[in-house]
Amino acid sequence: MRLLQAAAGMIALAAGWQILSMVFPHYLFPSIPEIISRTIEILTTGSLLIDVLLTAGRIFGGLFGAFILGGILAMIIGHSRTAENFIAPVLTFFQGIPALSWVVFAIIWFHGIEFRVLFMMVMTTLPGLTFLILDALRSMSKDLFEMSMVFRPSRWTLFRFLIVPTIVPGILTAWKVNLGNAARVVVVAELVGATGGVGYELLRQQQLFDMAGAMAWTLQLVLFVLVVQQTITAIENWALRYRAVSERAM
Amino acid sequence: MSDVDPVIRFKDVSKTFKRPDGRGDFVAVDRLSFEIAKGEIVAVLGKTGCGKSTMFNIVAGLIEASSGEVKVIGRNPFREFDFFRGKIGIVFQNDRLMPWRTAFDNVRLGLQILDTDPEHAEDIARAWLKRLGLSGHENDYPHALSGGMRQRVSIARAFAVDPEILLCDEPFSSLDEITARDLRTEFVRLVRRSNKTAIFITHQINEATEIGDRVLVFHRPARIAYETRLGPAMTEEAHRSVNDDIMRVLAVEHPPRALGA
Repeated sequence: MRLLQAAAGMIALAAGWQILSMVFPHYLFPSIPEIISRTIEILTTGSLLIDVLLTAGRIFGGLFGAFILGGILAMIIGHSRTAENFIAPVLTFFQGIPALSWVVFAIIWFHGIEFRVLFMMVMTTLPGLTFLILDALRSMSKDLFEMSMVFRPSRWTLFRFLIVPTIVPGILTAWKVNLGNAARVVVVAELVGATGGVGYELLRQQQLFDMAGAMAWTLQLVLFVLVVQQTITAIENWALRYRAVSERAM
Repeated sequence: MSDVDPVIRFKDVSKTFKRPDGRGDFVAVDRLSFEIAKGEIVAVLGKTGCGKSTMFNIVAGLIEASSGEVKVIGRNPFREFDFFRGKIGIVFQNDRLMPWRTAFDNVRLGLQILDTDPEHAEDIARAWLKRLGLSGHENDYPHALSGGMRQRVSIARAFAVDPEILLCDEPFSSLDEITARDLRTEFVRLVRRSNKTAIFITHQINEATEIGDRVLVFHRPARIAYETRLGPAMTEEAHRSVNDDIMRVLAVEHPPRALGA
Protein backbone atom coordinates (compact mmCIF):
# COMPACT_ATOMS: atom_id res chain seq x y z
CA MET A 1 0.00 0.00 0.00
CA ARG A 2 2.82 2.36 1.00
CA LEU A 3 4.64 1.52 -2.26
CA LEU A 4 1.48 2.22 -4.25
CA GLN A 5 1.05 5.63 -2.60
CA ALA A 6 4.68 6.52 -3.32
CA ALA A 7 4.29 5.41 -6.95
CA ALA A 8 1.07 7.41 -7.28
CA GLY A 9 2.87 10.58 -6.15
CA MET A 10 5.63 10.08 -8.72
CA ILE A 11 3.14 9.27 -11.48
CA ALA A 12 1.22 12.47 -10.67
CA LEU A 13 4.47 14.48 -10.87
CA ALA A 14 5.36 12.92 -14.23
CA ALA A 15 1.84 13.53 -15.54
CA GLY A 16 2.02 17.18 -14.51
CA TRP A 17 5.36 17.55 -16.29
CA GLN A 18 3.98 15.88 -19.40
CA ILE A 19 1.07 18.33 -19.49
CA LEU A 20 3.50 21.24 -19.15
CA SER A 21 5.57 19.80 -22.01
CA MET A 22 2.47 19.98 -24.22
CA VAL A 23 1.79 23.60 -23.27
CA PHE A 24 5.30 25.09 -23.17
CA PRO A 25 8.11 24.94 -25.77
CA HIS A 26 10.16 21.76 -25.95
CA TYR A 27 13.41 23.45 -24.83
CA LEU A 28 11.72 24.43 -21.53
CA PHE A 29 9.74 21.26 -20.78
CA PRO A 30 10.87 18.24 -22.85
CA SER A 31 8.47 15.28 -22.89
CA ILE A 32 8.77 12.44 -20.37
CA PRO A 33 9.55 9.79 -23.06
CA GLU A 34 12.43 11.95 -24.30
CA ILE A 35 13.85 12.37 -20.77
CA ILE A 36 13.57 8.61 -20.19
CA SER A 37 15.21 7.88 -23.51
CA ARG A 38 18.14 10.25 -22.72
CA THR A 39 18.46 8.72 -19.22
CA ILE A 40 18.70 5.21 -20.67
CA GLU A 41 21.16 6.43 -23.28
CA ILE A 42 23.51 7.69 -20.53
CA LEU A 43 23.25 4.40 -18.66
CA THR A 44 23.95 2.32 -21.76
CA THR A 45 26.67 4.43 -23.36
CA GLY A 46 30.07 3.62 -21.91
CA SER A 47 31.62 7.06 -22.40
CA LEU A 48 28.65 8.73 -20.63
CA LEU A 49 28.28 6.12 -17.89
CA ILE A 50 31.90 6.77 -16.90
CA ASP A 51 30.85 10.29 -15.84
CA VAL A 52 28.15 8.84 -13.58
CA LEU A 53 30.58 6.35 -12.08
CA LEU A 54 33.14 9.11 -11.60
CA THR A 55 30.64 11.14 -9.58
CA ALA A 56 29.60 8.05 -7.60
CA GLY A 57 33.25 7.35 -6.84
CA ARG A 58 33.78 10.92 -5.69
CA ILE A 59 30.73 10.74 -3.40
CA PHE A 60 31.92 7.47 -1.86
CA GLY A 61 35.51 8.69 -1.60
CA GLY A 62 34.48 11.93 0.10
CA LEU A 63 32.06 10.23 2.47
CA PHE A 64 34.55 7.51 3.32
CA GLY A 65 37.30 10.05 4.00
CA ALA A 66 34.97 12.13 6.18
CA PHE A 67 33.75 8.96 7.91
CA ILE A 68 37.27 7.84 8.85
CA LEU A 69 38.32 11.32 9.95
CA GLY A 70 34.99 11.92 11.70
CA GLY A 71 35.25 8.56 13.48
CA ILE A 72 38.71 9.42 14.79
CA LEU A 73 37.59 12.90 15.87
CA ALA A 74 34.47 11.48 17.57
CA MET A 75 36.63 8.97 19.48
CA ILE A 76 38.98 11.73 20.61
CA ILE A 77 36.12 14.05 21.61
CA GLY A 78 34.30 11.22 23.37
CA HIS A 79 37.46 10.38 25.32
CA SER A 80 38.42 13.86 26.51
CA ARG A 81 36.43 16.88 27.62
CA THR A 82 39.42 19.11 26.80
CA ALA A 83 39.51 17.75 23.25
CA GLU A 84 35.78 18.37 22.93
CA ASN A 85 36.19 21.99 24.07
CA PHE A 86 38.94 22.39 21.49
CA ILE A 87 37.49 20.54 18.48
CA ALA A 88 33.69 20.96 18.72
CA PRO A 89 33.63 24.76 18.15
CA VAL A 90 35.87 24.36 15.09
CA LEU A 91 33.52 21.76 13.60
CA THR A 92 30.51 23.97 14.35
CA PHE A 93 32.33 26.85 12.62
CA PHE A 94 32.98 24.60 9.59
CA GLN A 95 29.30 23.67 9.52
CA GLY A 96 28.47 27.32 8.94
CA ILE A 97 30.74 27.64 5.87
CA PRO A 98 28.72 27.26 2.63
CA ALA A 99 29.68 24.44 0.29
CA LEU A 100 30.41 26.96 -2.46
CA SER A 101 33.02 28.69 -0.25
CA TRP A 102 34.84 25.37 0.16
CA VAL A 103 34.79 25.03 -3.65
CA VAL A 104 36.44 28.44 -4.00
CA PHE A 105 39.00 27.65 -1.27
CA ALA A 106 39.83 24.31 -2.91
CA ILE A 107 40.34 25.89 -6.33
CA ILE A 108 42.63 28.55 -4.86
CA TRP A 109 44.61 26.15 -2.66
CA PHE A 110 44.96 22.98 -4.74
CA HIS A 111 45.84 21.98 -8.29
CA GLY A 112 44.63 18.39 -8.81
CA ILE A 113 40.93 18.10 -9.67
CA GLU A 114 40.35 14.90 -7.73
CA PHE A 115 42.05 16.23 -4.64
CA ARG A 116 40.00 19.42 -4.85
CA VAL A 117 36.75 17.47 -5.00
CA LEU A 118 37.82 15.12 -2.21
CA PHE A 119 38.77 18.10 -0.03
CA MET A 120 35.40 19.79 -0.64
CA MET A 121 33.47 16.60 0.06
CA VAL A 122 35.35 15.87 3.26
CA MET A 123 35.11 19.42 4.59
CA THR A 124 31.37 19.72 3.97
CA THR A 125 30.37 16.34 5.37
CA LEU A 126 32.92 16.04 8.19
CA PRO A 127 31.11 18.05 10.90
CA GLY A 128 27.78 16.27 10.46
CA LEU A 129 29.38 12.82 10.38
CA THR A 130 31.54 13.56 13.43
CA PHE A 131 28.61 14.77 15.53
CA LEU A 132 26.42 11.81 14.51
CA ILE A 133 29.16 9.27 15.34
CA LEU A 134 29.80 11.10 18.63
CA ASP A 135 26.11 10.89 19.50
CA ALA A 136 26.17 7.18 18.73
CA LEU A 137 29.22 6.70 20.97
CA ARG A 138 27.59 8.63 23.80
CA SER A 139 24.45 6.55 23.58
CA MET A 140 26.49 3.54 24.71
CA SER A 141 24.81 1.93 27.72
CA LYS A 142 26.69 2.39 31.01
CA ASP A 143 25.03 -0.81 32.24
CA LEU A 144 26.39 -2.86 29.32
CA PHE A 145 29.80 -1.23 29.69
CA GLU A 146 30.02 -2.19 33.38
CA MET A 147 28.73 -5.68 32.66
CA SER A 148 31.41 -6.16 29.99
CA MET A 149 34.16 -4.73 32.20
CA VAL A 150 33.51 -7.43 34.82
CA PHE A 151 35.00 -9.93 32.35
CA ARG A 152 38.10 -7.70 31.96
CA PRO A 153 38.14 -7.32 28.18
CA SER A 154 41.05 -5.81 26.29
CA ARG A 155 40.41 -2.45 24.59
CA TRP A 156 40.16 -4.20 21.23
CA THR A 157 37.69 -6.78 22.53
CA LEU A 158 35.57 -4.06 24.11
CA PHE A 159 35.63 -2.17 20.81
CA ARG A 160 34.52 -5.24 18.86
CA PHE A 161 31.91 -6.59 21.24
CA LEU A 162 30.39 -3.43 22.67
CA ILE A 163 31.39 -0.21 20.91
CA VAL A 164 30.96 -1.32 17.29
CA PRO A 165 27.47 -2.83 17.75
CA THR A 166 26.45 0.23 19.76
CA ILE A 167 27.49 2.74 17.10
CA VAL A 168 26.37 0.81 14.01
CA PRO A 169 22.82 2.29 14.00
CA GLY A 170 24.26 5.81 14.32
CA ILE A 171 26.79 5.18 11.56
CA LEU A 172 24.13 3.91 9.17
CA THR A 173 21.99 6.97 9.92
CA ALA A 174 25.01 9.22 9.41
CA TRP A 175 25.65 7.66 5.98
CA LYS A 176 22.00 8.02 4.98
CA VAL A 177 21.78 11.64 6.10
CA ASN A 178 25.09 12.67 4.55
CA LEU A 179 24.60 10.82 1.28
CA GLY A 180 22.09 13.41 0.06
CA ASN A 181 24.33 16.27 1.23
CA ALA A 182 27.32 14.71 -0.48
CA ALA A 183 25.41 14.27 -3.77
CA ARG A 184 24.47 17.95 -3.76
CA VAL A 185 27.97 19.12 -2.88
CA VAL A 186 29.69 16.94 -5.48
CA VAL A 187 27.56 18.46 -8.24
CA VAL A 188 28.54 21.98 -7.15
CA ALA A 189 32.18 20.94 -6.97
CA GLU A 190 32.09 19.35 -10.44
CA LEU A 191 30.15 22.25 -11.87
CA VAL A 192 32.84 24.70 -10.87
CA GLY A 193 36.07 22.83 -10.70
CA ALA A 194 36.03 19.53 -12.63
CA THR A 195 36.36 18.26 -16.20
CA GLY A 196 34.13 15.22 -15.79
CA GLY A 197 31.24 13.86 -13.76
CA VAL A 198 27.54 14.62 -13.50
CA GLY A 199 28.11 18.24 -12.41
CA TYR A 200 30.39 18.89 -15.39
CA GLU A 201 27.81 17.31 -17.74
CA LEU A 202 25.08 19.49 -16.23
CA LEU A 203 27.22 22.56 -16.99
CA ARG A 204 27.50 21.36 -20.61
CA GLN A 205 23.73 20.88 -20.91
CA GLN A 206 23.24 24.43 -19.59
CA GLN A 207 25.64 25.77 -22.23
CA LEU A 208 23.80 23.76 -24.93
CA PHE A 209 20.44 24.88 -23.52
CA ASP A 210 19.43 21.19 -23.46
CA MET A 211 16.75 20.70 -20.80
CA ALA A 212 16.20 17.00 -21.61
CA GLY A 213 19.92 16.38 -21.11
CA ALA A 214 19.94 18.37 -17.84
CA MET A 215 17.00 16.32 -16.57
CA ALA A 216 18.60 13.04 -17.67
CA TRP A 217 21.86 13.83 -15.89
CA THR A 218 20.01 14.98 -12.77
CA LEU A 219 18.07 11.71 -12.77
CA GLN A 220 21.36 9.79 -12.79
CA LEU A 221 22.25 11.37 -9.48
CA VAL A 222 18.77 10.87 -8.05
CA LEU A 223 18.81 7.21 -9.11
CA PHE A 224 22.26 6.76 -7.61
CA VAL A 225 21.16 8.24 -4.27
CA LEU A 226 18.00 6.09 -4.27
CA VAL A 227 19.93 2.89 -4.99
CA VAL A 228 22.51 3.60 -2.28
CA GLN A 229 19.79 4.63 0.22
CA GLN A 230 17.95 1.37 -0.45
CA THR A 231 21.18 -0.58 -0.07
CA ILE A 232 21.90 1.10 3.27
CA THR A 233 18.31 0.44 4.38
CA ALA A 234 18.72 -3.23 3.47
CA ILE A 235 21.98 -3.37 5.47
CA GLU A 236 20.23 -1.59 8.32
CA ASN A 237 17.34 -4.06 8.32
CA TRP A 238 19.81 -6.92 8.45
CA ALA A 239 22.19 -5.40 11.02
CA LEU A 240 19.40 -4.20 13.31
CA ARG A 241 17.20 -7.29 12.96
CA TYR A 242 17.44 -7.81 16.73
CA ARG A 243 15.23 -4.78 17.37
CA ALA A 244 11.68 -5.43 18.46
CA VAL A 245 9.13 -3.80 16.21
CA SER A 246 5.61 -3.12 17.41
CA GLU A 247 2.92 -4.46 15.10
CA ARG A 248 1.37 -0.99 15.24
CA ALA A 249 4.52 0.41 13.60
CA MET A 250 4.29 -1.88 10.59
CA MET B 1 46.39 -17.01 49.65
CA SER B 2 45.66 -20.03 51.86
CA ASP B 3 42.30 -21.83 52.10
CA VAL B 4 41.55 -20.30 55.49
CA ASP B 5 42.10 -16.73 54.27
CA PRO B 6 38.88 -14.87 53.48
CA VAL B 7 38.05 -14.63 49.78
CA ILE B 8 36.66 -11.12 50.25
CA ARG B 9 37.99 -8.78 52.90
CA PHE B 10 36.91 -5.20 53.58
CA LYS B 11 38.75 -3.33 56.35
CA ASP B 12 37.58 0.19 57.24
CA VAL B 13 36.61 0.81 53.64
CA SER B 14 35.07 4.17 52.80
CA LYS B 15 33.93 5.61 49.50
CA THR B 16 33.05 9.22 48.88
CA PHE B 17 31.78 10.80 45.67
CA LYS B 18 31.92 14.43 44.65
CA ARG B 19 28.42 15.90 44.44
CA PRO B 20 27.64 16.92 40.85
CA ASP B 21 26.59 20.41 42.00
CA GLY B 22 29.99 20.87 43.66
CA ARG B 23 28.50 21.10 47.19
CA GLY B 24 31.09 18.92 48.95
CA ASP B 25 31.33 15.15 49.11
CA PHE B 26 28.78 12.41 49.46
CA VAL B 27 29.72 9.43 51.64
CA ALA B 28 28.37 6.19 50.17
CA VAL B 29 30.40 3.70 52.24
CA ASP B 30 31.59 4.50 55.75
CA ARG B 31 34.42 2.46 57.33
CA LEU B 32 32.88 -0.82 56.26
CA SER B 33 34.54 -4.00 57.49
CA PHE B 34 33.60 -7.60 56.82
CA GLU B 35 35.10 -10.88 55.63
CA ILE B 36 33.63 -13.61 53.47
CA ALA B 37 35.06 -17.12 53.47
CA LYS B 38 35.37 -19.43 50.48
CA GLY B 39 32.09 -21.11 49.56
CA GLU B 40 30.06 -18.79 51.73
CA ILE B 41 26.87 -17.10 50.51
CA VAL B 42 26.37 -13.74 52.18
CA ALA B 43 23.10 -11.89 51.77
CA VAL B 44 23.25 -8.12 52.09
CA LEU B 45 20.13 -6.19 53.07
CA GLY B 46 19.56 -2.47 53.29
CA LYS B 47 17.30 0.27 52.13
CA THR B 48 17.62 1.88 48.71
CA GLY B 49 20.64 4.14 48.43
CA CYS B 50 22.44 2.68 51.44
CA GLY B 51 25.59 1.97 49.43
CA LYS B 52 25.08 -1.74 48.73
CA SER B 53 25.72 -1.30 45.02
CA THR B 54 28.76 0.89 45.69
CA MET B 55 30.21 -1.89 47.86
CA PHE B 56 29.35 -4.27 45.05
CA ASN B 57 31.20 -2.18 42.47
CA ILE B 58 34.23 -1.96 44.76
CA VAL B 59 34.34 -5.76 45.07
CA ALA B 60 34.00 -6.07 41.28
CA GLY B 61 36.88 -3.61 40.83
CA LEU B 62 34.76 -1.20 38.83
CA ILE B 63 35.41 1.66 41.27
CA GLU B 64 38.17 2.25 43.80
CA ALA B 65 37.66 2.70 47.54
CA SER B 66 38.56 6.17 48.83
CA SER B 67 40.21 4.68 51.91
CA GLY B 68 40.62 1.38 53.73
CA GLU B 69 41.76 -2.00 52.52
CA VAL B 70 39.96 -4.14 49.96
CA LYS B 71 41.21 -7.63 49.20
CA VAL B 72 39.52 -10.08 46.89
CA ILE B 73 41.34 -13.41 46.56
CA GLY B 74 44.20 -11.62 48.33
CA ARG B 75 44.45 -8.82 45.74
CA ASN B 76 43.14 -5.34 45.12
CA PRO B 77 40.37 -5.74 42.51
CA PHE B 78 40.70 -2.19 41.16
CA ARG B 79 44.48 -1.88 40.92
CA GLU B 80 45.10 -5.47 39.85
CA PHE B 81 42.17 -5.35 37.43
CA ASP B 82 43.44 -7.89 34.90
CA PHE B 83 44.19 -10.52 37.55
CA PHE B 84 40.44 -10.97 37.95
CA ARG B 85 39.81 -12.07 34.35
CA GLY B 86 37.19 -14.80 34.65
CA LYS B 87 37.31 -14.83 38.44
CA ILE B 88 34.23 -12.70 39.05
CA GLY B 89 30.72 -13.19 37.70
CA ILE B 90 27.85 -10.77 38.18
CA VAL B 91 24.11 -11.12 37.93
CA PHE B 92 22.55 -7.69 37.87
CA GLN B 93 19.10 -6.49 38.87
CA ASN B 94 18.22 -5.93 35.23
CA ASP B 95 19.48 -8.63 32.90
CA ARG B 96 21.94 -6.38 30.99
CA LEU B 97 21.81 -8.60 27.94
CA MET B 98 23.25 -7.21 24.74
CA PRO B 99 20.15 -6.70 22.57
CA TRP B 100 22.06 -7.44 19.35
CA ARG B 101 23.17 -10.87 20.58
CA THR B 102 21.01 -13.97 20.72
CA ALA B 103 20.52 -15.80 24.02
CA PHE B 104 23.31 -18.17 23.00
CA ASP B 105 25.70 -15.37 22.05
CA ASN B 106 24.95 -13.53 25.29
CA VAL B 107 25.84 -16.60 27.33
CA ARG B 108 29.14 -17.08 25.52
CA LEU B 109 30.08 -13.38 25.74
CA GLY B 110 32.31 -13.84 28.80
CA LEU B 111 33.92 -16.92 27.27
CA GLN B 112 34.69 -15.00 24.07
CA ILE B 113 36.21 -12.16 26.07
CA LEU B 114 38.33 -14.70 27.94
CA ASP B 115 39.52 -16.15 24.60
CA THR B 116 38.10 -19.59 25.33
CA ASP B 117 38.40 -22.03 22.43
CA PRO B 118 35.30 -21.26 20.27
CA GLU B 119 34.06 -24.87 20.11
CA HIS B 120 34.49 -25.32 23.84
CA ALA B 121 32.75 -21.99 24.46
CA GLU B 122 29.81 -23.08 22.31
CA ASP B 123 29.52 -26.36 24.23
CA ILE B 124 29.59 -24.55 27.56
CA ALA B 125 27.02 -21.95 26.46
CA ARG B 126 24.69 -24.63 25.11
CA ALA B 127 25.04 -26.69 28.28
CA TRP B 128 24.20 -23.71 30.52
CA LEU B 129 21.19 -22.76 28.46
CA LYS B 130 19.97 -26.34 28.72
CA ARG B 131 20.61 -26.44 32.46
CA LEU B 132 18.53 -23.32 32.92
CA GLY B 133 15.66 -24.61 30.81
CA LEU B 134 16.33 -22.45 27.76
CA SER B 135 16.93 -25.13 25.15
CA GLY B 136 15.19 -24.13 21.96
CA HIS B 137 15.69 -20.44 22.68
CA GLU B 138 19.36 -20.29 21.66
CA ASN B 139 18.65 -18.13 18.63
CA ASP B 140 16.12 -15.82 20.25
CA TYR B 141 17.03 -12.19 20.74
CA PRO B 142 16.44 -10.72 24.22
CA HIS B 143 13.33 -8.80 23.14
CA ALA B 144 11.67 -12.10 22.27
CA LEU B 145 12.26 -13.58 25.74
CA SER B 146 10.22 -13.07 28.91
CA GLY B 147 11.73 -11.29 31.93
CA GLY B 148 12.35 -14.60 33.69
CA MET B 149 14.01 -16.10 30.63
CA ARG B 150 16.24 -13.07 30.16
CA GLN B 151 17.33 -13.25 33.79
CA ARG B 152 18.10 -16.95 33.31
CA VAL B 153 20.29 -16.04 30.35
CA SER B 154 22.15 -13.54 32.51
CA ILE B 155 22.62 -16.19 35.22
CA ALA B 156 23.93 -18.60 32.59
CA ARG B 157 26.31 -15.89 31.33
CA ALA B 158 27.69 -15.38 34.85
CA PHE B 159 28.09 -19.10 35.55
CA ALA B 160 29.48 -19.96 32.11
CA VAL B 161 32.91 -18.49 32.87
CA ASP B 162 33.03 -20.57 36.08
CA PRO B 163 33.96 -17.63 38.33
CA GLU B 164 35.29 -18.05 41.86
CA ILE B 165 33.12 -15.22 43.11
CA LEU B 166 29.52 -14.44 42.21
CA LEU B 167 28.03 -11.06 42.85
CA CYS B 168 24.27 -10.75 42.61
CA ASP B 169 22.52 -7.40 42.78
CA GLU B 170 18.82 -8.03 43.44
CA PRO B 171 18.71 -10.40 40.48
CA PHE B 172 15.13 -11.55 41.00
CA SER B 173 13.50 -8.33 42.18
CA SER B 174 11.86 -7.54 38.87
CA LEU B 175 10.29 -10.98 38.48
CA ASP B 176 6.97 -12.34 39.68
CA GLU B 177 7.08 -14.28 42.95
CA ILE B 178 6.75 -17.77 41.46
CA THR B 179 9.44 -17.23 38.81
CA ALA B 180 11.67 -15.57 41.40
CA ARG B 181 11.24 -18.49 43.82
CA ASP B 182 12.07 -21.06 41.14
CA LEU B 183 15.13 -19.15 39.99
CA ARG B 184 16.25 -18.58 43.59
CA THR B 185 16.12 -22.29 44.32
CA GLU B 186 18.00 -23.09 41.13
CA PHE B 187 20.55 -20.36 41.82
CA VAL B 188 21.33 -21.58 45.36
CA ARG B 189 21.64 -25.15 44.10
CA LEU B 190 24.14 -24.07 41.43
CA VAL B 191 26.21 -21.98 43.84
CA ARG B 192 26.34 -24.72 46.49
CA ARG B 193 27.21 -27.40 43.97
CA SER B 194 30.11 -25.42 42.55
CA ASN B 195 31.23 -24.18 45.99
CA LYS B 196 31.36 -20.58 44.84
CA THR B 197 31.64 -17.59 47.09
CA ALA B 198 28.68 -15.29 46.63
CA ILE B 199 27.39 -11.91 47.73
CA PHE B 200 23.66 -11.58 47.24
CA ILE B 201 22.11 -8.14 47.54
CA THR B 202 18.41 -8.09 48.19
CA HIS B 203 15.62 -5.91 49.57
CA GLN B 204 13.61 -8.83 50.86
CA ILE B 205 14.24 -10.22 54.32
CA ASN B 206 12.79 -13.64 53.46
CA GLU B 207 15.00 -13.92 50.41
CA ALA B 208 18.08 -12.97 52.43
CA THR B 209 17.45 -15.54 55.15
CA GLU B 210 16.52 -18.21 52.60
CA ILE B 211 19.65 -17.78 50.51
CA GLY B 212 22.38 -16.60 52.85
CA ASP B 213 24.68 -18.52 55.16
CA ARG B 214 25.06 -15.12 56.74
CA VAL B 215 23.05 -11.93 56.53
CA LEU B 216 24.54 -8.45 56.74
CA VAL B 217 22.20 -5.51 57.23
CA PHE B 218 23.53 -2.14 56.07
CA HIS B 219 22.63 1.28 57.34
CA ARG B 220 23.26 4.40 55.30
CA PRO B 221 26.05 5.21 54.45
CA ALA B 222 27.06 1.58 54.01
CA ARG B 223 28.16 0.15 57.33
CA ILE B 224 27.10 -3.02 59.08
CA ALA B 225 24.21 -2.45 61.46
CA TYR B 226 23.43 -6.11 62.06
CA GLU B 227 24.98 -9.45 61.24
CA THR B 228 23.73 -12.96 61.79
CA ARG B 229 24.74 -16.44 60.77
CA LEU B 230 22.08 -18.84 59.60
CA GLY B 231 22.19 -22.60 59.54
CA PRO B 232 20.19 -25.37 57.88
CA ALA B 233 19.30 -26.73 61.32
CA MET B 234 17.58 -23.52 62.37
CA THR B 235 14.00 -23.96 63.53
CA GLU B 236 11.20 -22.00 62.01
CA GLU B 237 10.90 -20.05 65.24
CA ALA B 238 14.59 -19.11 65.15
CA HIS B 239 14.12 -17.98 61.55
CA ARG B 240 11.17 -15.84 62.55
CA SER B 241 13.17 -14.34 65.37
CA VAL B 242 15.99 -13.40 62.94
CA ASN B 243 13.45 -11.88 60.57
CA ASP B 244 12.05 -9.80 63.44
CA ASP B 245 15.53 -8.67 64.45
CA ILE B 246 16.33 -7.60 60.90
CA MET B 247 13.02 -5.79 60.64
CA ARG B 248 13.80 -3.90 63.85
CA VAL B 249 17.28 -2.94 62.60
CA LEU B 250 15.90 -1.70 59.31
CA ALA B 251 13.14 0.17 61.14
CA VAL B 252 15.74 2.37 62.83
CA GLU B 253 16.23 4.04 59.44
CA HIS B 254 12.64 3.78 58.27
CA PRO B 255 9.73 5.78 59.65
CA PRO B 256 7.28 3.27 61.26
CA ARG B 257 4.58 4.00 58.68
CA ALA B 258 6.89 2.92 55.86
CA LEU B 259 7.17 -0.51 57.47
CA GLY B 260 3.45 -0.81 57.86
CA ALA B 261 3.82 -0.91 61.65
